[in-house]
Amino acid sequence: MSEVIKVGMAAMAVCSGEDAITTLGLGSCIGIAIRDPESGIGGLVHIMLPDSTEIRNNANRPKFADTGIEDLVSEIVKKGGSRNRLVAKIAGGAQMFAFSSSSDMIRIGERNALASKKKLEEMKIPLLAEDTGKSYGRTVVFYPKTGDYIIRSVGMPEKVI
Amino acid sequence: MNNLNMEQLTCQYLDVLKELGNIGAGNATTALAQMIGCKIDMSVPQVKLLEFAELGNIVGKEDELMVGIYLQVEGDIEGNMMFILQKSSAARLVNKLMCGMLGVTDEEIINHEFGEMECSAIKEVGNIITGAYLNALSSLTNLKIYPSIPQLGIDMASALLSVPAVQFGLYADKILLVQTKFSDDIELDGYFILIPDMESYEKILTTLGVM
Repeated sequence: MSEVIKVGMAAMAVCSGEDAITTLGLGSCIGIAIRDPESGIGGLVHIMLPDSTEIRNNANRPKFADTGIEDLVSEIVKKGGSRNRLVAKIAGGAQMFAFSSSSDMIRIGERNALASKKKLEEMKIPLLAEDTGKSYGRTVVFYPKTGDYIIRSVGMPEKVI
Repeated sequence: MNNLNMEQLTCQYLDVLKELGNIGAGNATTALAQMIGCKIDMSVPQVKLLEFAELGNIVGKEDELMVGIYLQVEGDIEGNMMFILQKSSAARLVNKLMCGMLGVTDEEIINHEFGEMECSAIKEVGNIITGAYLNALSSLTNLKIYPSIPQLGIDMASALLSVPAVQFGLYADKILLVQTKFSDDIELDGYFILIPDMESYEKILTTLGVM
């Protein structure tokens, strides 16, 4: 029986086979999906903030783009995925409320997306597709076996990247 | 001033925060009831210390379509406040305010698209009642509280709630919030959520003489 694992804010999961990982209602957060296409092992991390080094209280590693991606990669490798074959897709990073000020905290979605991409590049993990920005929430489902990353938003057709 | 540690919150602190929520939400509910001319009940406020992962569930299903009015609080207290209700509740509320312009049957009303007028109306409701909430807090604590202009979002519950969560996430790994549910007999169902940042909790507790 295939199973759908639910991941909340600042959390992650790794699975393989027919199983899928979902996270409901990504706002300014990002769902980073990484997998090894050959073994079909992959995982999803739901990050909230761009950079763990900017913040004193940074023990919760899946909360940040940089440490979240590092941990997800090592977890996939531990479960038997190959470090060199890993590929990634990302979704989220919306700006949910249209504040007129352009302070850094308000543009957090955009910064999350940039930080995620930068970290993936640093770790030489190719980014195959992304659906980021805009102003709507996204519910995502990731199938590590096929690599399908399904995105559902309110009032819009389902998208697969 | 002691440094407030969230893991060590005593029952007394929680009771004080609950009472604050009670007074704030009481005023806000009264304002709302006066505006739409019907009786509205509110629950006993809950003060919750949550993992971020649990946050999406506090107002119902995580992917349920909600209308959220979000504002930032500045002044002596800083933090976030959100007034969040189901889309169908928001539609009924707007319909009442706009004298039945959204439709006749309940189905017509809840399926009505939110245009500029509807959004503006619900924003104004949010403005008035969050103002009432914060006013009550301000006069109780003698602290200056300035709300920002409210912003409207119509989306999945957890996507809306992630905005204040991210702000709080800068300081802590858990989120402390004061939540009050309000409802009338059949039509309305919503929540007030107040999330002061950590320093503000200390300030509130200190001014009230419990810390």
